[in-house]
Amino acid sequence: MPKVKVPRSNPSLDMTPMVDLAFLLVTFFMLTATFRTEQAVVVDTPSSISEKLLTDNVLMVTVDTAGRVFYNIDDQKVRVKVLENMASKYAVKFSPKEIKEFELMKDVGMPMADLKKYLAADQSVRMQMDKSTKGIPYDSITNELADWILFGRVVDASVAEENGEDAGRLKVAIKGDSEANYATIRKIMKVFQDKKVNSFSLVTNLEGK
Amino acid sequence: MAELSTDDGGGKKGKHQKRRAKKSSTKVDMTPMVDLAFLLLTFFVLTATFGKPKTMDINMPVDPKDKKNVTKVEDQTAMTVLLTERKEVIYYYYGVLKADTKIDSTDYAATGLRKILLDKNKGVIAQMDALKAQKEQGLLADTAYKSKAQLVKSNKDALYVIVKTNDKTKYKSVVDVLDELNICDVDKKAVMDMAPSEKAALKKINN
Repeated sequence: MPKVKVPRSNPSLDMTPMVDLAFLLVTFFMLTATFRTEQAVVVDTPSSISEKLLTDNVLMVTVDTAGRVFYNIDDQKVRVKVLENMASKYAVKFSPKEIKEFELMKDVGMPMADLKKYLAADQSVRMQMDKSTKGIPYDSITNELADWILFGRVVDASVAEENGEDAGRLKVAIKGDSEANYATIRKIMKVFQDKKVNSFSLVTNLEGK
Repeated sequence: MAELSTDDGGGKKGKHQKRRAKKSSTKVDMTPMVDLAFLLLTFFVLTATFGKPKTMDINMPVDPKDKKNVTKVEDQTAMTVLLTERKEVIYYYYGVLKADTKIDSTDYAATGLRKILLDKNKGVIAQMDALKAQKEQGLLADTAYKSKAQLVKSNKDALYVIVKTNDKTKYKSVVDVLDELNICDVDKKAVMDMAPSEKAALKKINN
C-alpha cells in the first residue's frame, strides 16, 4: 500500500498586511498623542450632563480642595506677554530662561514673590513648592489674581487682533474641586465680575444620565 | 517563529555534484520588527487620552450700579433652594420666607429634587418636548429651535429657581443643582448668598 503523502505546507505566514496595519495604528496614536504635562494640582471635578467641550483658548482658574488658586492660559505667546506685564507691575525680573520655563508650563499657583524662585528651581523642588504653596492670592489687599486675569484678557485681545482673530475668543473657565467650598468659587467669580466678566464655563466630567 | 527555514542547506550530495550558488531566501525575518510595532502600539493605545473635559456654562447677573432701579422678581412664584454644608440634603420653600413658611427637604436622587422640578415645570417641559420632536423630524432648523426654546424657557409661567448658598456649601452641591435645573429645562435661575433670616430658619430646623 502506498504511503499517504501528507502535503507539506509551508508553515510561514504572510504577515505583511498585519504589520502594515500595526504600523498604521502606531503612527496614528503617535501623532495624536498629547502627553499630559506634570500637573501642579490634581482636581476632581464634579459631573454634569453637559456635552459642551472646552474650547482651545481658555483662561483657566483652578481651585483645589483647600481653596488654593492656580492660573493657566493656553496660548504660549500670550503667556509670555502676561508674565512680562506681571513682572513689570510687581518689579520682579525674570531671566530669558525663566520666561521660557513659564511658557512651557501649565497651571501656576505661586504668589509673585515666590514665582522667580519657582521658575529657577528644578522639577522635584517645584513639586515640593506646589504642595506647600498657598496659591495665587486673591484677597482685597494683594489681589494678584485680578492682575493675572486683567493682563491675560488684555494681552489675548491684542494677540487676537494681530492674528486677525475675534477679540472675544478668550473663554473663562473655572475648574473647581467637588469638595471645594462654593464660597471660594464665588469669590473668584467676584474677581472676574469686577473685571466685567459675567459668563463662565464650569469644567465638569460627563455623567451618564 | 514566523519563518521556518525550509531549504535543506543546499548541500545535497548525490548524482548532481555540480555546485550551485547557494540560493538565499529573499524573505527577511520580520518577527522582531512586528514585536516592536505591537509594543509601541500597545503603549500609545494605553497612554492615549481621548476626550477633552466638558464644561457647563453659567451666566452670573451683572452687578447693578444703580440699585434703586432694579426690577424685583415676583418672589411669590419662585422656588428657593437652600444649600448647606450637608451634602445629601436640599432644603426648599416657595414664595417669600415668612415665619410660617414651611421649609421642606429633599435629596439629589432622581426621585428627589428632579421629581419636584419636573412636576413644577411640566408646562415648559411639555412644550420643550414638542419642540425637540419637531426638530428631530426635521421640521425645525437649528437656529429656529434655539430661539423658540429660549422663548419657551423664559416664559413668565416658567418656574423660577433661586439657589442660595452659605459659606460652607460645597461646590459639588451647587453644580449638581444647576445640572438638575438644566435637565428640567429651568432657565430662570439665580445663585446667591443666603439671607440671615434663611440661615436662622435652617438653624431652627436642624436643632
